[in-house]
Amino acid sequence: MRFSFSDEQEQFRAVVRRFLDDHAPPSAARACMASALGHDEAVWARLADDLGASGIHLDEAHGGQGFGQAELGIIMEEMGRALLCAPYFGSAVLAAGMLRHGATVAEQAELLPPLASGARRAALAWVEDAGRWDAAGITLAAGRDGAAWRLDGRKRFVVDGLCADDLLVLARVDGALALFLVAGDARGLARRALEVIDPTRRLAEVDFTATPARRLGADVDVDAGFARLFDEALVALAGETIGGARRLHAEAVEYARLRMQFGRPIGSFQAIKHQLADRLLDIELAAAAVNHAAAALDENDPAVSAFAAQAKAMASEAGMAMAACAIQVHGGIGFTWDHDTHLWYKRAKSSEVLLGTPAWHRERYLAALEANA
Amino acid sequence: MSMPDEHTVRAEVRAWLAEHWHPEQDLVEWRGILADSGWGMPHWPRAWYGRGLPVAMSAVVDEEFDAIEAVGVARIGIRLLAGATLLEHGSEAHKRRFLRPILTGEDTWCQLFSEPGSGSDLAGATTRAERDGDDWRINGQKVWTTSAHHAEWGLLLARTDWDAPKHQGLSCFVIDMRQPGVEVQPLKQMNGYASFNQVFFTDAVVPAENRLGEIGDGWKIAMTTLAHERRGADALRRWGQAPARAGRIYDQLRAEIASVLEPYKWYPQRAGRVDLALPRARETGRIADPAVRQELARLLMLSSAAEWLARRARAAHELGRPQGPEGSLGKLAGSEVARQAARVHTLVSDAEALLAGRDGPHDGTIAEILLSVPATSIAGGTDEIQRNIIAERVLDLPREPRLDGGPFRDVPRNPERGR
Repeated sequence: MRFSFSDEQEQFRAVVRRFLDDHAPPSAARACMASALGHDEAVWARLADDLGASGIHLDEAHGGQGFGQAELGIIMEEMGRALLCAPYFGSAVLAAGMLRHGATVAEQAELLPPLASGARRAALAWVEDAGRWDAAGITLAAGRDGAAWRLDGRKRFVVDGLCADDLLVLARVDGALALFLVAGDARGLARRALEVIDPTRRLAEVDFTATPARRLGADVDVDAGFARLFDEALVALAGETIGGARRLHAEAVEYARLRMQFGRPIGSFQAIKHQLADRLLDIELAAAAVNHAAAALDENDPAVSAFAAQAKAMASEAGMAMAACAIQVHGGIGFTWDHDTHLWYKRAKSSEVLLGTPAWHRERYLAALEANA
Repeated sequence: MSMPDEHTVRAEVRAWLAEHWHPEQDLVEWRGILADSGWGMPHWPRAWYGRGLPVAMSAVVDEEFDAIEAVGVARIGIRLLAGATLLEHGSEAHKRRFLRPILTGEDTWCQLFSEPGSGSDLAGATTRAERDGDDWRINGQKVWTTSAHHAEWGLLLARTDWDAPKHQGLSCFVIDMRQPGVEVQPLKQMNGYASFNQVFFTDAVVPAENRLGEIGDGWKIAMTTLAHERRGADALRRWGQAPARAGRIYDQLRAEIASVLEPYKWYPQRAGRVDLALPRARETGRIADPAVRQELARLLMLSSAAEWLARRARAAHELGRPQGPEGSLGKLAGSEVARQAARVHTLVSDAEALLAGRDGPHDGTIAEILLSVPATSIAGGTDEIQRNIIAERVLDLPREPRLDGGPFRDVPRNPERGR
């Protein structure tokens, strides 16, 4: 098991950080928040051209760079730190990941390269009205028109669903999970942006009315594929959360050094410094869990689902605790719109809930441990 | 100088062991031969019972000892700290006099640092050492002293200058524990054990030659000892078990280990016994309770992540990178694990958590956990001190304004305690 990043990985992190410092400052996040699209197309294009970011974890045969979950984790962490607004998680992680694990080899060869290059964007629609994130929440049954497939129903909480060129939809065929591709301009497809607490991550609601769909992965175990994708997504999102938490921690520490009250920097008071020490511990423990889970994914560890649930639960709690602490340390200014802390606070809150709350993942974790024992 | 490679070291130690090791010899005699050969502490200098090998090579030597279950030099307990401190700060005479009987296990040592009036603030020690002709006279009280009741020697931190600032008025001494001016009393803890002692000094005598380092160097020397203390737990894990084999030397070793480990037998309970959490939850059926499951999952996540954090620190260290915040965070994580474990054991045991001893679950082990865990966040540096260290040394936050500068004589401190 790998416990430390290599020098090459650290260099890669530095490159990503420099790019995001240049192209995704907090002012850019604010501009994206206020825009209809939710991201900056020029930055999205450069993300692909300069870093090859969308294909980092995809096979070279599909236009990717052939790296693993660890490198994807580095990108996610840096994006979380910068609070990049882009359909990266929705397209590169969720949709491309679902194709890798749920489509046939020929379909992957056809559909992955434009996602790897960032030329096209896809979104994965699986959650329904019940708001369940796992396969048990998928009830939509695909219908047949002779040899063709059609979808009727609704999907919700579709990450980056509005700007996607294509939708990947999980539905049921004879009780088993099946994967469908729906073109963004298909007839009977209606997409609506949901009003969200975190405008840096867009969610859509998608209605299907006799919408034509192409079935993918007809001979693939899509249930297993989705389970694997879900673990990857949990670890990637947890990494993003760690990146945001580290940023907020550094900023809170810096502010505590400078802010004077009662004739001394507030960081000299134990009431402040102990909070910051505790938050650092949360973050480091969660980061260790995230790294462990990423390594487990790369090594196909059979216990990976427990580790992924652990990474998500710990990162979500550490991220949220840090966001609350950052506002507290900043005091009144931290609660103002003009101060940037609330941008990360909102992302921490949305990441806490997205893909399942910490409590839900604790239950999944324990159930997985029991099953493995 | 080029370092010998692993192959050569392995061959050398193997040949030496083949010639000298057999399990029917006397423990102290064997360790004497071992100490003189340098194979007992291979990373110590050649002049002092070592072979000047890099620390990493010690592991290779250990492997060869383990392979044939050969007994090593005495490496557990306070003697290890004393040995390391003497090696670094002792004079030639000190090393000649004290190191060998430490390694053979003939001499037991204790550490006389903590006082009733100075716990977290160790440098506030008020035990006084005053000149009396060529000797030093010692008066005062120490506390939390492991092994003091059977120690031959103590490593003593005492105040020699009351006009100097706090940290500069301390000196370090080696004190003979077997003298009329030294009185050792057991200290009973809230969990019923008496693993430590209080030590009272009334005109105890230290001859001039038993001062360690210069006058006023006490704090610096104590810091060396404490740095080694952090590795003490590893040593205990590594060397705290004798091979289950017949032979005179193994019998003697088992007796020694039992004596050294006696004060530590509740330490696994102090850490929370995470290993018992899941089996106990199954045993009692409380694993079916969703509220218990949440707390149990929290515990197991926390404890495994703490282990990975520690391994990450070691991995980074091996790659030659400066140690990250992981080292300082480990102790704080351990406290949180212990507290959460006590919470889980309470939930899981339910009414049975009221019972101790033979009436209590697992023959009282659960009760012992619940009553031992509070020590974890105090012993070896309180959680609050750990947070200060993290905040000030890792995060570089400003220190709290201090009120203990200037001559120590004028620093506000606790009233002296009567007996």
